[in-house]
Amino acid sequence: MIRFESVEYIYPNGVKALDGIDLEIGDGEIVTIMGENGAGKTTLIKHLNGLLKPVKGKVLIDGIDTRKVTVASLSKKVGIVFQNPDDMFFSENIWEEIAFALRNFGYDEEVVKRRVENAINFMDLASYVDKSPFTLSGGEKKRLALAIVLAWSPDIIALDEPTIGQDILQKEKLLQVIKLLNSQGKTIIISSHDVEFIADLKPRIILMKRGKVIADGNAEEIFLNEELLKSCNLLPPQLITLSRELEFIGVRPRLYSPRELAAEIMTRLQR
Amino acid sequence: MFRDFIRKTRLPSGVDGDLRIIEVKDLGFKYAGTDFYAIKEVNLEINEGEFVILAGKSGCGKTTLLRCLNGLIPHFYEGEFEGRVLIDGVDTRDCPPYILSQKAGMVFQNPDNQLFALSVEADIAFPLENLGLPREEIRDRVEWALKLLKIEELRSRSPFELSAGQKQKVAIASVLAMRPKILLLDEPTSSLDPISAKNLIDAIIELNRKHRLTILISEHRLTHLIPHADKLAIMDKGKILYFDEPRKVLKEDVLMYGVSIPRVVEVVREMRKIGGCLPFREVPLSVDEFIRDLRGVLR
Ligand SMILES: Nc1ncnc2c1ncn2[C@@H]1O[C@H](COP(=O)(O)OP(=O)(O)OP(=O)(O)O)[C@@H](O)[C@H]1O
Ligand SMILES: Nc1ncnc2c1ncn2[C@@H]1O[C@H](COP(=O)(O)OP(=O)(O)OP(=O)(O)O)[C@@H](O)[C@H]1O
Ligand SMILES: [Mg+2]
Ligand SMILES: [Mg+2]
Repeated sequence: MIRFESVEYIYPNGVKALDGIDLEIGDGEIVTIMGENGAGKTTLIKHLNGLLKPVKGKVLIDGIDTRKVTVASLSKKVGIVFQNPDDMFFSENIWEEIAFALRNFGYDEEVVKRRVENAINFMDLASYVDKSPFTLSGGEKKRLALAIVLAWSPDIIALDEPTIGQDILQKEKLLQVIKLLNSQGKTIIISSHDVEFIADLKPRIILMKRGKVIADGNAEEIFLNEELLKSCNLLPPQLITLSRELEFIGVRPRLYSPRELAAEIMTRLQR
Repeated sequence: MFRDFIRKTRLPSGVDGDLRIIEVKDLGFKYAGTDFYAIKEVNLEINEGEFVILAGKSGCGKTTLLRCLNGLIPHFYEGEFEGRVLIDGVDTRDCPPYILSQKAGMVFQNPDNQLFALSVEADIAFPLENLGLPREEIRDRVEWALKLLKIEELRSRSPFELSAGQKQKVAIASVLAMRPKILLLDEPTSSLDPISAKNLIDAIIELNRKHRLTILISEHRLTHLIPHADKLAIMDKGKILYFDEPRKVLKEDVLMYGVSIPRVVEVVREMRKIGGCLPFREVPLSVDEFIRDLRGVLR
């Protein structure tokens, strides 16, 4: 379980990025953090493995206060895929990049090999194994960052803007990966601006604004609240907007899938 | 502010008399140390004032093509270069990148590669100072760009102490302030929140409409862009497969090339599967078009 208790964080330049965050995320939940640019999403995520420590209040991961342990020891429990993955690479090739953390955790070479290969296949990186991480395309880098965390398979996985640079096929796959990990009991925390992706995932959504949590609810409830979304610089998924505009033929505004909405429209039109 | 944005220059004309501002012929590029062409047999002609979307799977060669258009390839990236690229009538091989970047300004996929100064303001002003513009002009342009991106309050902050979306806005502002004739945008909205992304798209559409700015934008999320674009190019494995009006391209099965179609288009496809008479003559690309057509038949 993850608990934030009145957490405040101030960057050295004086910007208060987290301003009294109280939050509880249970084991096995999928949670999405949404909010305008600069709201504090990345700062919050960096508190999960102790990379940043609260100036006031505390963050507890399974009861462990992040101020009292090292990032290295928390990393076994919490894996983060950063928004800009460039910062996390340093190896000569992709294989070594994925293997590095595993070796550090002390797995024997047999296990390392199996896990690296699984992660590479899973994220569609097989044709790049010998390439340097720095010569990958934008989307490929992001997938490598995901592969690294998949390979070490921590209980809590935080993905900061995972759909950046991903085409629709990769996004569909990512959706499957997230659901699969979750079905294995993992807790998943995602920060994302990609409303269409989140509309497919339908997770619990936490809205942030200026370092505060201003709403917390299920996807449909949040996406139907236009005023609230607007105040966080968000737009509803396109099919919520469409279903709202279709009220004149009797369609009720909801978070439909394309197929559901098509069926609904055809039924209404036949009347 | 964009009044003398487009200088009159003589360009090779297209058949239709429009000025051909980008001309790519049999272009191919293989990065040093790799054994395949990241792009190959690319032919592309874009007229002045056109708004073009570049889409395709991750790794299909979008960034590589853009790098060829602003001269980073072949001037900075080593590899095998084939064919030729003419920007505003100039062969990119014969023109140093700093000159090209004034004609074809590029916003990089990763803004970190573009930011360097001590403050946001200085970051936007620096390239303008290099152009030798008068101080007054520089100040006006910096203010204009800060306002356009709604980042006035970040002006004195260090660009390295910003959130990802804020960085992306600064990178865009500094390229727009240069007022290039051609704007190359590599996934410019990837880190922007939805309303900021919409504001940016609205702003560049206005620049395109009012000032005939030529725009080439690579994107994975097309929903808000598609209704405004003149052309949609779809790339796969380094080649351009389609290059036509978006409505025509979307008739093809583009999903297999990783292109996300707007959800309203998906709804229309699902309606077709159900069968019966549909109220659309052409595929609607936005919620507005969808509702307009539906009301049209129901009236
Ligand atoms: N390294 C840093 N130093 C100083 N201030 C920072 C730093 N990183 C972020 N900030 C500031 O802290 C606030 C929160 O930033 P954060 O990166 O957490 O936002 P975010 O919600 O992730 O935004 P985005 O959607 O743009 O990624 C912003 O005002 C930002 O300018
Ligand atoms: N500097 C480089 N050195 C070697 N190979 C590279 C380099 N940059 C890109 N590549 C390779 O060239 C191919 C095309 O990459 P490019 O960056 O053009 O793709 P893209 O379409 O922009 O992808 P994305 O949507 O993920 O950004 C990829 O296979 C990539 O790995
Ligand atoms: Mg962020
Ligand atoms: Mg790219």
